[in-house]
Amino acid sequence: MNAAFWALGRGTGVVALVLFTVSLVLGILARSGRPVPWLGRFGTSDLHRTAALTGTGLVLAHVGTLYFDPYAQLKLVDVVFPFLGAYKPLWLGLGTLALDLLGVITIVSLLRHRVGPRVFKAVHWGTYALWPVALMHALGNGTNAGSGWFRALAVVCISAVVTAVGWRLTPSYGDRGWQRNPRRTAV
Amino acid sequence: MTTMTTTTGSTRRLLGGIQSDAVRHEATHGPLPQLGLDEVLALVEASGLTGRGGSGFPTAIKVRAVASGARRPVVVGNAMEGEPLSHKDTVLLDRSPHLVLDGLQVLARALRAKRAILAVGPEIDPGPAKAAAGGRRGLEVVHLDGGFVAGQETALVNQLNGRAAVPRDPFTRVTESGVDARPTLVLNAETLAQVALLARHGADWFRSAGTTDDPGTSLFTVSGAVARPGVVEADRGSRLSDVLEATEPREAAAVLVGGYHGAWVPARAIDVRLTRSDLTPWNAAVGAGVLHVLDDRTCPLRFAAHVADYLAGESAAQCGPCINGLPRMASDLHRLAACVRDPQLPDAIVRMAALVKGRGACAHPDGTARFIGSTLEVFRDHTAAHLQGWCPSTMRPTMRGVS
Amino acid sequence: MSTRLHIDWTRCDGHGSCAELLPELLAVDDVGFPTVRTGDRDPLVPRRLEEAAEHAVRNCPLMALRTYDAS
Repeated sequence: MNAAFWALGRGTGVVALVLFTVSLVLGILARSGRPVPWLGRFGTSDLHRTAALTGTGLVLAHVGTLYFDPYAQLKLVDVVFPFLGAYKPLWLGLGTLALDLLGVITIVSLLRHRVGPRVFKAVHWGTYALWPVALMHALGNGTNAGSGWFRALAVVCISAVVTAVGWRLTPSYGDRGWQRNPRRTAV
Repeated sequence: MTTMTTTTGSTRRLLGGIQSDAVRHEATHGPLPQLGLDEVLALVEASGLTGRGGSGFPTAIKVRAVASGARRPVVVGNAMEGEPLSHKDTVLLDRSPHLVLDGLQVLARALRAKRAILAVGPEIDPGPAKAAAGGRRGLEVVHLDGGFVAGQETALVNQLNGRAAVPRDPFTRVTESGVDARPTLVLNAETLAQVALLARHGADWFRSAGTTDDPGTSLFTVSGAVARPGVVEADRGSRLSDVLEATEPREAAAVLVGGYHGAWVPARAIDVRLTRSDLTPWNAAVGAGVLHVLDDRTCPLRFAAHVADYLAGESAAQCGPCINGLPRMASDLHRLAACVRDPQLPDAIVRMAALVKGRGACAHPDGTARFIGSTLEVFRDHTAAHLQGWCPSTMRPTMRGVS
Repeated sequence: MSTRLHIDWTRCDGHGSCAELLPELLAVDDVGFPTVRTGDRDPLVPRRLEEAAEHAVRNCPLMALRTYDAS
């Protein structure tokens, strides 16, 4: 039973990381305003959100199964307050930090029509902190971190994010693919 | 800048001499009555007063909207005068600041306003208004920043709220939530001055000038090909030719009615009455009373291109259609003015004008489209000549950059 | 009970999701900003398009759309 919890705990974590990678890349693609074949602009945003929410659900499962796994020695405080854990406190702490960030970002995103575009945008920038924290947690804490397939997976995820962020930082990214005069905006 | 009245027999109501002295002001106009809300509402409604800042909107409706709010409102006098061709608010604040402040005071008192603010634009010296406000409790005179769009109602409210002087989404009306999130009544300085006179002399007196549908007098700023440019007070509904008479116009080719967001009335129609119905065929409206005379030695297309440049530059740049559409129209107008022989130019300009209308947070693109559309319509023959390679105003072909 | 669609032009950045979700009402101009096919400022949303309109409102990434009761 314990082995099952342990496997499920790790498995959900890995898949969540992959989904967040997919969500981040799709987020950059969506923000770019470029039409994506077959998906369209709406489809890209929608998939970005779906991947993020699914990843969030898997993170909850990840935390839940590890909480009930005696091998993980996860206390309730570790779920909210980072760096207090018994097992690998630094790497676990990063996981807690990621969970905290994820919580705030998810709640604000779901309430974005209430909080308004400025607050939503400011909080959403936090995803650029969330992803590396989650990655480091996975690499440092994850039992599979040393194994080949996980390393390969990590390399793929990192490459995807670096490529996407690299594109995000190019000057031509912001015009959403149109030849047009920029707007002056407070948001 | 000279000031004068027309010869159409209306008395000097607003421009009755220099009255920066409070004592002389009261001696001339009489004491300011203290009126309750119902009295003010009845007065403004009976008078038929409409906004003198360009909207022509019935003042009574605005006052009523703010009076019915749950919170104590804010009353704002708009003396921003963002339109470069307009000088009436400057003149009013210089000659009769007490009249403007009287209007503000009457409304603020009747509405139990939390604040009463006179917003003075960057081009106007706030000194006389500040001096006049010195002896009165509760009136604020603020000297503000900004360009063409800063006088727009929501842009003014934004600036008074400490934000950038650009318009906001018009979904929430300022009469519901404006300055300090309170119901806000924004009225042009001249409208306030009219209210001050109304309070003293009553609606019947007010209606003794002007027309039934558009009563009273208003201020017109006359510029361009005239010997004596200045601000003229005339009855509403006067003939354009009568308003211009005292300014001694030279041979006019056309008159721009309504400023940079207005429309042209060609010389053959110079007798047109400055009323809504008579101006509609020209797609024009009195607006804030700006009348700019163009003589036939000035190329209207070159004039329009420069105005279009200005208007494109004054865009708040918040809204995509405006910040993209206006420069394109200006650039096409420049090509037309330079006699570039591209027959598609007028159509391209008209199409872009249609495309920017209604697609912005304020009426800046709409006004610009109206002005440019009117230019191509009224100066159709002139435009045709340009497309053939020559300009009827200068009687020679023009090259790009040379006129 | 008639519904109208309002575009907040100070927020709109011409992303284009709305025109994809509500193509009967909205098109896109040549710099990416939405145009209303009827030429109205705030177009009337027919009953059969109300759901699609709500979809468009919720999915605008800049929250530049809203519907309101125009009766």
